[in-house]
Amino acid sequence: MYDVVIIGAGVIGASVARALSKYHLKVLVIEKHSDVCEGTSKANSGIVHSGYDAKPGTIKAKFNLIGNHMMSDFCQKYRVPFRRNGSLVLAFSEEDIPKLEALKIQGMSNGVAGLEVLTKQQVLAMEPNLNDSIVAALYAPTGGIVDPFELTIAQAEVANMNGVEFKFNAFVTNIAKQSDYFIISTNNETIESKTVINCTGVFSDDFNNMVSENKLSITPRKGEYCLFDKEVGHFVDKTIFQLPTVYGKGVLVTPTAENNLLMGPTAYDIYDKYDNSTTAEGIKEVLSKAAQSVKYIPSSYIITAFSGLRATEASGDFVIGETIDVPGFYNAVGIESPGLTAAPAIGDYLSNLVAIKLKANLKSSFVDGRDEIIRFEPLSVSDKAKLIESNHEYGKIICRCEMVTLAEIKDAIHRPLGANSIDGVKRRTRAGAGRCQGGFCGPRVLEILSKELNKDPRDIAKFDQQAILLVGFDKDTL
Amino acid sequence: MINKDIVIIGGGPAGLSAAIGAYESGNKSIVILERDNLLGGILNQCIHTGFGLHTFKEELTGPEYCERYVEKVKNLGIESKLETMVIDISTDLIVSAINEIDGLIQIQAKAVILTMGCRERPRGALNIPGYRPAGIFSAGTAQRFVNIEGYMPGKTVVILGSGDIGLIMARRMTLEGANVKMVVEIMPYSGGLKRNIVQCLDDFSIPLKLSHTVTKIHGSTRVTGVTIAKVDDMKNPIKGSEEFVECDTLLLSVGLIPENELSRKVGVIMNPKTQGPVVSESLETSIQGIFAAGNVLHVHDLVDHVSSEAYLAGKNAVKYIQGLLDNQNKIDIQCGNGVRYTVPSTLNYKNVEDLTQVRFRTSDVYKDAYVSVYLDKERIIHSKKRILTPGEMEQVTILKKWLLERPNLKIITVIIEKE
Repeated sequence: MYDVVIIGAGVIGASVARALSKYHLKVLVIEKHSDVCEGTSKANSGIVHSGYDAKPGTIKAKFNLIGNHMMSDFCQKYRVPFRRNGSLVLAFSEEDIPKLEALKIQGMSNGVAGLEVLTKQQVLAMEPNLNDSIVAALYAPTGGIVDPFELTIAQAEVANMNGVEFKFNAFVTNIAKQSDYFIISTNNETIESKTVINCTGVFSDDFNNMVSENKLSITPRKGEYCLFDKEVGHFVDKTIFQLPTVYGKGVLVTPTAENNLLMGPTAYDIYDKYDNSTTAEGIKEVLSKAAQSVKYIPSSYIITAFSGLRATEASGDFVIGETIDVPGFYNAVGIESPGLTAAPAIGDYLSNLVAIKLKANLKSSFVDGRDEIIRFEPLSVSDKAKLIESNHEYGKIICRCEMVTLAEIKDAIHRPLGANSIDGVKRRTRAGAGRCQGGFCGPRVLEILSKELNKDPRDIAKFDQQAILLVGFDKDTL
Repeated sequence: MINKDIVIIGGGPAGLSAAIGAYESGNKSIVILERDNLLGGILNQCIHTGFGLHTFKEELTGPEYCERYVEKVKNLGIESKLETMVIDISTDLIVSAINEIDGLIQIQAKAVILTMGCRERPRGALNIPGYRPAGIFSAGTAQRFVNIEGYMPGKTVVILGSGDIGLIMARRMTLEGANVKMVVEIMPYSGGLKRNIVQCLDDFSIPLKLSHTVTKIHGSTRVTGVTIAKVDDMKNPIKGSEEFVECDTLLLSVGLIPENELSRKVGVIMNPKTQGPVVSESLETSIQGIFAAGNVLHVHDLVDHVSSEAYLAGKNAVKYIQGLLDNQNKIDIQCGNGVRYTVPSTLNYKNVEDLTQVRFRTSDVYKDAYVSVYLDKERIIHSKKRILTPGEMEQVTILKKWLLERPNLKIITVIIEKE
């Protein structure tokens, strides 16, 4: 019997797991993919919102603000790339300036500090690559950018190091409420737990509706993005939003925490919760809308496009907490933007509720933090030399675009909840995340995974278990 | 700090030939820095034949061709460092590199030759919509899996792009037991050599669909198929022409990009057309003492041309160290109508022995057209070509005596003319 079963190992599940791992509780995370961070957490803007956008009084507003305040210390403690770069909301006509003022007032009532409406000249002095047609902007100095992969991975690692169990490739088929516990059926076993926390992103309505009479409804809202080479990573410094216009909601242009340039997302409601494909129209829309914000689109530097699904709940707000009709069943439903910002706060909040319910005590052995992940590329030449002296495998570059070494990849594989796929290595080390998108390092990473995990190369996947790269030996079928 | 006269970055065909060129010009203080664990570069995985027809008058495989250069380099006693990655070149020619054994290596050079080759364009650069499943490989990555590792990356294959590697891989995958359904090319002509279309596609009845492209990738874990469509003159897919093709693999052969991260970092001026450095007749870049040759300079069709070009770079690096390269008297070479780029971009007759080759690519397909060279307004070359395509590199030979006879020459123009 577990005390807590968390379903889903995205940023919310990982955050709840991390927060619960400080208690004397038996906690299990069930994840249908083969790794953490395989759903919406891997395909979003990576923005730490300042909090002016959420309607005052909403749960979104509350957790956005707490999450934003937490983020600097949090990311330092857990070694997550984060930068408080500030954000700008652009207005493109004089009539829109009152809307900026209204946004500022809304932000102030949410408790956002430092909001300021800037003139065109002030904005252009800040961001020389912005389009000359802008008229003003709302500046939010507390906005930031975070690496969404590491924010998830770091918390899952901390949880795991502190005793939380993880089961991967396990999907929950049923949850049955018993008198004072739950029976959770997965594809290969049944698990008993006193409490269940639903952190399943776009599927979270399905799990809620399995047990609760208070039905929820998620409509996946697809967002497509274009990612650009680091060569143009400093094209803008701040996160550039657009005021919504008659043509619809705008797109953002932002540096990422890993110094790429990102543009997107679109926003279209869809029906298929598995459809994370990109479309020609979507990519075109991203680039044409972004072109309103910036002087030009450095199109030749696009390295990939991707899409993610927002878990938009019918109420428009987050649904967080214990269900009224099913005690012991907790929801984190409808966690769309600003969900990434809010994640650490949501984890703390839900773990607190569960701990009170289960009367759990704090562990004295809890290790609250993570060792620094050594990254070779940003080091000075002399530090690089020292590092190679300490471990010669830092002298072997595997990914040449991002300068990722053998030592870093081996570390990513052997860390708690280490990488077991090509994409897992990519998210942990950036090998394959650069301009050649794994063309060069892909076969090498596959070989390292095969060797380190003692697996046949034909069993190494891009992600999950089915996304196999090699189908057989030469001449197998002849 | 180590001192070496000539540091060669990259031990593929260009680097090897540059080293031999320098050595045979009398300078033996050379080191080749190679990031892989063997010399020869990409030729090691090019196990098909067709190499060396110009250089050796025989048809060799890639490994055989590079073996001849590797042997020579070894016999001459030219030093090379393997599994060594150059991380920086400074403007005063200090080359910093790392490897597992030496850690950080810093070499003060008198001349540096850039021979880093090129890499393949990835999918992202094309923005093909759809999913991001396993089963999408660049042709060269697939070639490595099949030819070096012995693994098949797929069973039913569609190839996008008819560059030479794509064509070669169509044949290779077929020979290894895969079903190659088609090669899809967005342009109305192939980007590869004619001989490869015949030997790799026609001989195996693999259809080449010109003016077509892949408009969607299907399959959320492994590729299950692609949608292809015909494109109009502006390369936009034509509505209604879409066709679903079932496959488990999409190979991309959609162009090669010279690998110039190091060149850019040190501040070498680049040619936006070639994505390689701008060079003089001596293959010297905009930074004195830094030379470039092979696919890092511009993507070649034939390794034979890479070898001859790089040999010249090696030779000129020695001349530079001896103070024998003149850097006055530069005449610009201009691209006229139909010429996409030329290498070199400038010509200095003082640095030329008897003649110099100017290599170029056309910007379109031309039938029964003339390749002309003008010295200012005087047409000096006018040679009829049955066909000119961007997929085949062309060259013209400029004689030194022409330049000596015209001391006031301002500009040389290479142009494609109808008559």
